Amino acid sequence: MNPSGNLSRSGLGSLVLIAAVLGGGAAAFAYTAGWLSPGRLTPERMIAALTPPSGAPLGHRRNHAKGICFTGIFEANGNGVELSRAKVFERGSHPALGRFNLGTTDPNAVDATVRVRGLGLQVAAADGEEWRMAMINPPFFAVSTPQAFHDLLIASGNKDAEAMKTFIQANPEFAAFAAWAKTAPWTASYAEEPYHGLNSFIFTDAKGGEHAVRWSLLPTAQMVPVSQAELEKRGPDFLEQELTERVRTTGPQRWTMVTTVADPGDPTADPSKAWPESRRTVQVGTLIVQRIELEQDGPCRDINFDPTVLPRGIRVSDDPFPAARSSVYRKSYDLRAAEANDYPRTGTTKP
Amino acid sequence: MSNAPHRFALIQRLLHWLMAACIIAMFFIGVGMVSTVAPTYLPLILIHKTLGFTLLVLVVIRLALRRHYGAPPLPADLPPAMKLGARLSHLLLYGSMIVMPLLGLGMLWAAAYPVVLYGGIQIPALLPQSDRVHTLLWNAHVYLGFAFFALVLLHLAAALFHALIRRDGVFWTIALFPLRNRTTPAE
Repeated sequence: MNPSGNLSRSGLGSLVLIAAVLGGGAAAFAYTAGWLSPGRLTPERMIAALTPPSGAPLGHRRNHAKGICFTGIFEANGNGVELSRAKVFERGSHPALGRFNLGTTDPNAVDATVRVRGLGLQVAAADGEEWRMAMINPPFFAVSTPQAFHDLLIASGNKDAEAMKTFIQANPEFAAFAAWAKTAPWTASYAEEPYHGLNSFIFTDAKGGEHAVRWSLLPTAQMVPVSQAELEKRGPDFLEQELTERVRTTGPQRWTMVTTVADPGDPTADPSKAWPESRRTVQVGTLIVQRIELEQDGPCRDINFDPTVLPRGIRVSDDPFPAARSSVYRKSYDLRAAEANDYPRTGTTKP
Repeated sequence: MSNAPHRFALIQRLLHWLMAACIIAMFFIGVGMVSTVAPTYLPLILIHKTLGFTLLVLVVIRLALRRHYGAPPLPADLPPAMKLGARLSHLLLYGSMIVMPLLGLGMLWAAAYPVVLYGGIQIPALLPQSDRVHTLLWNAHVYLGFAFFALVLLHLAAALFHALIRRDGVFWTIALFPLRNRTTPAE
């Protein structure tokens, strides 16, 4: 269309420009997606680190894979209102749903082989907002950062004994957790365990005041220590059987929810650092576990206990874990939903 | 075609460029957020959901504007294959703009996630939890997202081809500012 030589030179320049725009756009996209950065800590890499040599637990959560569902209520006593305007703290009963679980990647693990026990919980407020959380029984977390957690998974899966030593040198905070794992008493019941949120969140009260907090669920059941050997004798699935039987025979089980308020300067970004015992605590309510159901057809199966699903009045702090957990839990959910045929439901309630 | 406009109305052009910027941002936020465990994951996902829902509203407005104002005709001397490509790609672009946010919303609903946008705005769930539906919609959102990005790159290449090489005035019909050395549409 343009016969002059000048124009065809500018035409070539235009083609080069178009190619550069497309190539640049595609390259920027690939970079953003992490395809050019194999070192980036992606949810896929975290899940690969969680995957045991025997293979992924298809259809199950990629961690805390063994668990049992419950339903009940969260009975707020109204004391939480001074800290947070979230509706779940207003005096009254809010529907609760959750999952007792073991910190293992094996859905068929023998109970007595798993040190960490957990509780996933979802509390629904009347205005349709939800508060989801996932807590564990140690009083502080094993490591300070998500990267360190990844490194811990890699080191503990390494057959070379030096790997753990190197890890502990690089992450000295792990020593406190190792000591807890070695010395803390075992119990023979999910109902006798405390469950700690560990991560710090920011509560916002009605006047806009902000409070950095952590929370725990403390059992009202008497804690009876047992040896690991004794627990092992009771059977591989004793905890689920015991809890079902306990609720059936003695009725609902209760935990007091206690929020601990940070003083200025307390470490909020590091869940491996417990706050001093002297910090102010506020009892905000009681979790009442009324009904136990197997996970396979139970209501907790479909719930991702993503700790960043929060009502207005609660938000994340500078603690890097909730975001990392949200990202990895999402990936775990996507995987297990796609693998649902490997963990078929037995009931007829769901298609 | 005597009643067809010579170029898109100013409101259409403004909306085109606003949505273009937002949609390109959505591609990058989307692939960036799912590949990180860093704290930015949370603001990115919040922006992605909020912007995605906003874009769904905007595309409805945009289609209504197109219905009202119409679209300028393609140059008469454009080869038939290019005309077909232009029509088809625009159909696919509009289709993607409508379908992508719906797939995104649907996959969240089917995973029983509450959909909460910036400012605490809640979008009520219209689908029950379902592993199968979540997996289907999630895959569709991801793969259609890649296809949509490729389509936008193609659209950009075609726009530059019209503006820089063919200089047939097609780019001028949507441009916000006059181009240097532009020629008027061939008619």
